[in-house]
Amino acid sequence: MKRFLGFVKKEFLHIFRDYRTLIILFGIPAAQILIFGYAVSTDLKNAGVAILDLSHDEITLRLTDKLMSSGFFKRTETLLNYSDIDQVFKKGNTKAVIIFEDDFGKNLVNENVAHLSIIADGSEPNIATLVTNYATAIVNDFTVEFAGPQLINIVRISPEVKMFYNPNLKSHFMFVPGVVTLILILICALMTSVTITREKEFGTMEVLLVSPLRPVQIILGKVMPYFLLSFLNVLLILALSWLVFGLPVKGSLLLLLVECMLYILMSLTLGILISTVSDNMQQAIFISLIGLMLPTVLLSGFIFPIENMPKIYDYVSSILPPRYFIVIIKNIMIKGTGIMYIWKETLILIIMTFIFVGLSVRNFKIRLE
Amino acid sequence: MSDKVIYVKNLVKKFGNFTANDNLSFEVYAGEIFGFLGANGAGKTTAIRILSGLSKPTSGEVNIAGFDAYRETEKIKKNIGYMCQKFSLYEDLTVRENIILYGGIYGMTKSLIRERLSELLAKLRFQEYENRMISALPLGLRQKLAFSVAVLHEPKIVFLDEPTGGVDPITRRQFWESIYETASRGITVFVTTHYMDEAEYCDRISIMNEGKIVALDTPEKLKKQYDADSIEEVFIKIARP
Repeated sequence: MKRFLGFVKKEFLHIFRDYRTLIILFGIPAAQILIFGYAVSTDLKNAGVAILDLSHDEITLRLTDKLMSSGFFKRTETLLNYSDIDQVFKKGNTKAVIIFEDDFGKNLVNENVAHLSIIADGSEPNIATLVTNYATAIVNDFTVEFAGPQLINIVRISPEVKMFYNPNLKSHFMFVPGVVTLILILICALMTSVTITREKEFGTMEVLLVSPLRPVQIILGKVMPYFLLSFLNVLLILALSWLVFGLPVKGSLLLLLVECMLYILMSLTLGILISTVSDNMQQAIFISLIGLMLPTVLLSGFIFPIENMPKIYDYVSSILPPRYFIVIIKNIMIKGTGIMYIWKETLILIIMTFIFVGLSVRNFKIRLE
Repeated sequence: MSDKVIYVKNLVKKFGNFTANDNLSFEVYAGEIFGFLGANGAGKTTAIRILSGLSKPTSGEVNIAGFDAYRETEKIKKNIGYMCQKFSLYEDLTVRENIILYGGIYGMTKSLIRERLSELLAKLRFQEYENRMISALPLGLRQKLAFSVAVLHEPKIVFLDEPTGGVDPITRRQFWESIYETASRGITVFVTTHYMDEAEYCDRISIMNEGKIVALDTPEKLKKQYDADSIEEVFIKIARP
């Protein structure tokens, strides 16, 4: 045990002496979260809105006025017909178009129901969500004002929200789980595979193997510091995403942390496996980056929904661990579900961990022979 | 010189159909400097891996420092030292940290490590380097230090796998001085080398070819036997008959 601790200490020294390792470990995750955090900043100020008022009565003017005086919106243009909508979005400074139906005011007074549409530029999903949410809230406000408390259940202005360019708009909250998933697998797999191949490349691995340390102790000793630091990383990311954009963990924090530990462990074993098949650090870095980052970003459901993929990609993505972890973390963080809904994904991650360990041991033995 | 620290009889190591070590038999005695020569691919590395407990023989008897190479590899590992051509020291750790690390790995107590550390620094006149990174040391010093670290825990045998590869002649000379000094303390030195002049410094040498030991004796006797002026000539006569 004492041998082992000395060995672990040495691994920490390696990490803390190499500022590049530290940057990759902590700088990149923090930067990612901050970038995403500010990119999806919930402050909406003077977003460009165009108005297409087909009714042009007293009520639509009042509602338009209320929208524009809120401080959230700024009128960019006044449109005359539907065909102008595409044009106005293409100019770029208009984030949404608000359309009042024909006889909006008349309908509201006579039938208690009026319709308006909010069409947002879906190519900027975060802003689109914010704009439509704010506009809807203001319209609802207006309805209450207009009808007075007695008639609130009868009078209705129903806003219809539509997205231009990106109809399956995903909430910006989806990014945090995605970033956690991507960062953890990248850092864990990359760091472990690099740190182990480094020993191989420098010839120190041989010396360690000849020493009384057991191979298991060597691998554990190399991986343990990264396990601890990665877990710290999870806490850092969660804290940052909570502080920067107030994203709470809806489900059980304990469950989330346990699942993160499982995912870290899985990624570390994947890193060990990568190290057993690569001879030098370049190879290990290449496999980790190209083999893990691209599939994770493209196929795991991080950005593009798996449901929309051709079947073949669906199959490919089913061997990617991030796909399952994204489901787990989204469920816990955003939907607040418990283990009942994610036990299958959890089980798959556990099985994958065992498979990676098994393959690594086999490769390691072949190498020793 | 009758104390056998390495005893190998009819050692065979096969990988599938390929026989890497074909019926090796030899003995090495305490305090001896034993040269292990052979062309690349002759089976030296395979043999060293078996002797150092890294891999198991297919058949034959192998006994290292009194322990069996089939069942007692853990005990063998505690009783040997090892240094390879590539540096066995961590470049981003200081001299002191490297020594503490290896001492710890070999289960030495803290006070013993500290004692050996100061002895070592004094002997090598290394005091000023104690807290320097290995990467800041010149090549020759690193090599000496790596060797001292390999025998830090006073093993019975130290395996040196081409320890002087890529080093200038003066440094090699100095390195061999430390090998002699170590052997005189009773530590057996088992060394592989490419440099035939170094083979002359050994007490006894063995020459491997295609998995077999084809010659084993003192350098003088081998030269006489093959009617050669140097071991290099002996080697060429054996390897290319």
